Amino acid sequence: MPRVSFDDWTLALHVLAAFSYVAGVTLFWVLIVAVRRIDTPEGTLRLNGVARVGGAAVGIGAGGTIVFGIWLAFSVGNYDIWDAWILIALVLWFVAAAVGRRTGEAYLEGPKRAQELEAAGQTGPNAELLAINRTQRGLQLHVLSTIIVLLILIDMIWKPWA
Amino acid sequence: MSVLAVIRGDSLNFPLFLHVLGAMILVGGLLAGVAALATARGSERLLRLGYWSLLAVSLPGWVLMRIGAQWIATKEHWDDVPDELIPTWLTIGFVIADLGGLILLLSLILGGVGVYRMRQGKGAALLKITLVLAFIALAAYVVAVWAMSGKPD
Repeated sequence: MPRVSFDDWTLALHVLAAFSYVAGVTLFWVLIVAVRRIDTPEGTLRLNGVARVGGAAVGIGAGGTIVFGIWLAFSVGNYDIWDAWILIALVLWFVAAAVGRRTGEAYLEGPKRAQELEAAGQTGPNAELLAINRTQRGLQLHVLSTIIVLLILIDMIWKPWA
Repeated sequence: MSVLAVIRGDSLNFPLFLHVLGAMILVGGLLAGVAALATARGSERLLRLGYWSLLAVSLPGWVLMRIGAQWIATKEHWDDVPDELIPTWLTIGFVIADLGGLILLLSLILGGVGVYRMRQGKGAALLKITLVLAFIALAAYVVAVWAMSGKPD
């Protein structure tokens, strides 16, 4: 069995969490592209299962990166929590979390409306639902989320002022 | 980790960025593909979405990841190092990257035939195999990420 130190385990879990986060963001890109062509309640609600997987990936990723990241900042000798690149990452993480929450809210409008339409017995194509699924606000917020996540990755690799 | 950052020259940052970004896109595409195929329950739209996630997201991610990896290996002269001196984590990373790529390619070929057959009304059995292969690739890449970041001796 290969030997891995405790700090290396923590680093591995931190990186795996980062992968989970970005995988979730990528999955939501797939859903955003897919939902732009969906105008039926059934089609919209069909994506819920995939969205739940994405939500779990982002949640686990966001939680894991912050918990294991802060642990590493205190545990690894050459790093301090007030290092510029760590502070930048923390600020970006909080901004990404806030933007991500708003993105989720924007894209939840579609399934909510789809449920209302289904309950009312309207199962056919619906122009209003299509417009909700094509939310510009949600798209812009997800672009912003993606840029912030990319900035975190750049910060983690280049480690400015380290 | 900062020791590694010191050892790692700044010239490696960009190839490393491409490598990690590509790997993240690859894993994201696999996750989306597996999620869509697994939750499809016969829905043609979701089966197609799952397949296209693998083709349009995972495959470019794999190419980007592999280009970044080879760029780093060339810059670091890993190709000139005798096999017995190559660290375990690097071997695990390379083997899984390439083996996973083959599995992904196989899943794309079978999935492509599966989507074509589905359009002809001949069922979606091949897409179930695509799901299994994509899941195996996803699990393998999780192990690779662990090995590349935890760096087992």
